[in-house]
Amino acid sequence: MKPLVAIRQVSKRFGEFQALKQVSLDVFEGEVVCLIGQSGSGKTTLLRCVNQLTTADSGGIWLDGELLGFRERDGRLHRLSEREIARQRLACGMVFQRFNLFPHLTALENVIEGPVQVQRRKPAEAKDAAMALLRRVGLADKSGSYPSQLSGGQQQRVAIARALAMTPRLVLFDEPTSALDPELVGEVLGVMKELATSGMTMLVVTHELGFAREVADRVVYMDQGVIVESGPAGEVLRAPREARTKAFLAAEVG
Amino acid sequence: MSRSEALADGFPDISGHAIARRAHWGRWIAAAIIILILLAIGRAFARGQIEWPFVERFITAPVILRGIVNTMVMAVAAMALGIALGVVVAIMRLSPNPVLRSVAAGYTWLFRGTPLILQLLLWFNLALVFPTIGIPGLWSARAVDVMTPFLAALLGLGINQGAYTSEVMRAGLLSVDIGQYEAAQAIGMGRLQALRRIILPQAMRVVIPPLGNEFIGLVKATSLASVIQYPEVLHSAENIYYANSRVIELLIVAGLWYLLVVSVLTPLQMLLERRFARGVARSR
Repeated sequence: MKPLVAIRQVSKRFGEFQALKQVSLDVFEGEVVCLIGQSGSGKTTLLRCVNQLTTADSGGIWLDGELLGFRERDGRLHRLSEREIARQRLACGMVFQRFNLFPHLTALENVIEGPVQVQRRKPAEAKDAAMALLRRVGLADKSGSYPSQLSGGQQQRVAIARALAMTPRLVLFDEPTSALDPELVGEVLGVMKELATSGMTMLVVTHELGFAREVADRVVYMDQGVIVESGPAGEVLRAPREARTKAFLAAEVG
Repeated sequence: MSRSEALADGFPDISGHAIARRAHWGRWIAAAIIILILLAIGRAFARGQIEWPFVERFITAPVILRGIVNTMVMAVAAMALGIALGVVVAIMRLSPNPVLRSVAAGYTWLFRGTPLILQLLLWFNLALVFPTIGIPGLWSARAVDVMTPFLAALLGLGINQGAYTSEVMRAGLLSVDIGQYEAAQAIGMGRLQALRRIILPQAMRVVIPPLGNEFIGLVKATSLASVIQYPEVLHSAENIYYANSRVIELLIVAGLWYLLVVSVLTPLQMLLERRFARGVARSR
């Protein structure tokens, strides 16, 4: 079976700091992969490369067989136009650590913005679909609220609905619960669990090891820009082989 | 007043006491002095050589009314041009293209760096530089015919205003969180669509108070167009006093009209601010 996302030898440097070193990773259709590791380990950079918010210095990422961001011609890579990159981005939804809801739009308007403005769907249809998604994340009654009127957990659930409204092939989560008060983490993880159960392909950067253990098909531990260890959640989290993974898990559990 | 009863632990019971108002003697004295000064100034003007009946007669004179209409037409048109230029130049300033960035910076430098009245005179006298203007082969005309006082004033005021507005707009664009650009990109928007749908509406909230300020400044700056014969209100007032020598009375008439216009603009700005504060004001 071909992977939905194939990351091959991706490297990225920010000035002196080498964020990613020759990272390769596959994500298969329907799989939930959790990226764990300390801050600065490169997991968020890797996720942003998949959505082309960050461009890798070298290496390639293929989504559903299509090379992202470049066209290969005569043994050279040619950067795609902004329009083509925007089209490629439609295949993956993104949920941000700090929600990034559009503050001047209501929850419903946030969700239909992409379908109506980018995908040119009919507003009435998009609205029905958006209401169904808001119901799915448990916020049908908040459709007319502005982000500032919602709690952090509610905002993140709207952000998940916004990502799903584009009917993406996979959803990227960048530490979706790190900016939340502890008592609000559960509601967001609940929505993510339901999404995983429904068969959505998910690549999740997270510090929630409990969530990873329960939901992830595969856990990938990164440190200093490389993948140290990757495997089924149960194996990596319960019986890590690598010393660095063991040390990280011991520190996280406290 | 009865003595405070002591509480069980020895502290006096002051829970029922009223709080006495302090006598602010300093404030009373300051207010009295200022009112006296104002009365003296008012009395001086009332006794001065101002023929108030002239003010009353000319405040609604047709020439003056046409003048204030021309003032408003010019202010609105020049502001529209200024905002259009300002948005474009602000976006150019933030572009990754170094040529666009330098051109935008150069424009701001040139038009903020020279006096407005000089720019108006240059536009009005453009015919001295280019006797004919037009598109080669398609159309041409004598510059003196094209560069009317209206067009010269519009270009002078609008282009100058654009230089200031671009800086206000740039501040507005920079005030929007980078995460908003990323979220817009993540739902497949291109740069311009993200600007139009997501970034500019949020920037407007920050930009409207300074833009209101700029517009009030522009309303008054239109008076400079009187030097290039644009018939705005000050020009009309001048024309009248050249004929009847009632200089002060007609300057007061013009002044009262400016005050009236600016007084009307302030609540309009409040309405606009409320419109663009959607999603923000409600939570506060």
